[in-house]
Amino acid sequence: MDFTLPSLGADMESATFVQWLVEPGQRVARGQPVCVVETQKGAIEVEIWQSGTVRELFATPGASLPVGAVLARLEADAEVESPPATPPVAGAPLVSIAPNVVTGVPFARGDSAGEPARPRASPSARRRAAELGLDLAGLAGTGPGGVVSLADVERAAGAPAPAALPVSGPQAMRAAIAAAMTRSKREIPHYYLGHHIRVDRALDWMEHHNRSCPLEERLLFAAVCLRAVALALREVPELNGHHVDGAFRPGEGIHVGVAVALRGGGLIAPGIRDVDRLSMGALMSRLKDLLGRARDGQLRSSELTSPTITVTSLGELGVDTVYGVIHPPQVAIVGLGRVAPQPWVAAGQVIAARVMHTTLSADHRVSDGLRGARFLAHLDALLQDPEAL
Amino acid sequence: MSGRDEAGLREALVASLQEVAPELDPVALRADRPLRQQLDIDSFDFLRVLEALQRRTGIEVPEAAYPAFDTLDGALTWLLAQV
Repeated sequence: MDFTLPSLGADMESATFVQWLVEPGQRVARGQPVCVVETQKGAIEVEIWQSGTVRELFATPGASLPVGAVLARLEADAEVESPPATPPVAGAPLVSIAPNVVTGVPFARGDSAGEPARPRASPSARRRAAELGLDLAGLAGTGPGGVVSLADVERAAGAPAPAALPVSGPQAMRAAIAAAMTRSKREIPHYYLGHHIRVDRALDWMEHHNRSCPLEERLLFAAVCLRAVALALREVPELNGHHVDGAFRPGEGIHVGVAVALRGGGLIAPGIRDVDRLSMGALMSRLKDLLGRARDGQLRSSELTSPTITVTSLGELGVDTVYGVIHPPQVAIVGLGRVAPQPWVAAGQVIAARVMHTTLSADHRVSDGLRGARFLAHLDALLQDPEAL
Repeated sequence: MSGRDEAGLREALVASLQEVAPELDPVALRADRPLRQQLDIDSFDFLRVLEALQRRTGIEVPEAAYPAFDTLDGALTWLLAQV
């Protein structure tokens, strides 16, 4: 089988190949990082989704490659041709070919049977064709394996192809953010809810824990909140998943993306898988590992494509409230504001309490304000009982 | 491991900060101004600084001492009291 360059985000067109992490003849296991590519989001380790033996490596360091380009040939193990053990919703192998789900583009692989036959095209080509009212099936693709590229669409429309965007660096990062957020604001009818949550109990619990444990086991409040968000999502599953090809696909797990500001500027939101099933300690370890690698530019491809919801926390920068813009194809984003002492009425008395303004931006195509409100109320209740988190 | 006198502790502290904020210029750093604002570090970065400091000096900073670490001066005073 061919191992192709996956799309690592809705608006990724190409990447620069950096290096191989495997050699011909080597056995590879499903989920193993096999190469590094430089993208708009920095250097990313690309994992393989099929176990087997590497036969031939085609990509060479420094090469600029479009999404879908064949990087290597693999002799796949026989047993992995069978469906994954836990078949994801709607017959879409959300885990094994997450990039396909993100972009809705079937790549050259044998496991997309069952999907209607669609012309193979890059995400931006598909979008541009839709904008121009062009039928992709009528276009000749000049990309690898006949994939229709953005340039092909522009040519067919008689429009000049836009100048190639830089593949990496701050400018490329800005372009990637602009593209994803423009798409979000164009396609997703957002609704916004805000709720003040008193967090004294959760903070007291965390501070008590942190006082009595070594440095490496101390918790950040962000980890406590992530855990509460994940548990609250169990009650309101329509906020957790992807909206692809006109339909909502509930997440096959609760994989929470964490918005990380990068020191050089820019933003990235890699995910932690199955947050609702991790203990608080394990979640904190994952979070530290993830944040460290995000800032050092050492993320893995699955971490960029797996999140089923995102949490953004700008509170530390001193803002009371953040209303996030949903990251397509996700359908919701949770915003955590600053934790600050505020006057609070409890049992008829005004007291000083530590309060966090929490927001939800969600996709009206999938959920309504009532369900969103239920999520925030549930999050509130969970944070009042931190021992149970 | 750095020395445990003032110069050694200062060196360890600056090196720990630089691990997280590589752009830090020790000359431009104001010892009496809040570190978090000067270096744009959040609570996760702060935790990483403390872990680096522990690695370099063997000193574990308890959560109760966090306020001392608002500034470089405050942190040095606290560290010196530990040795």
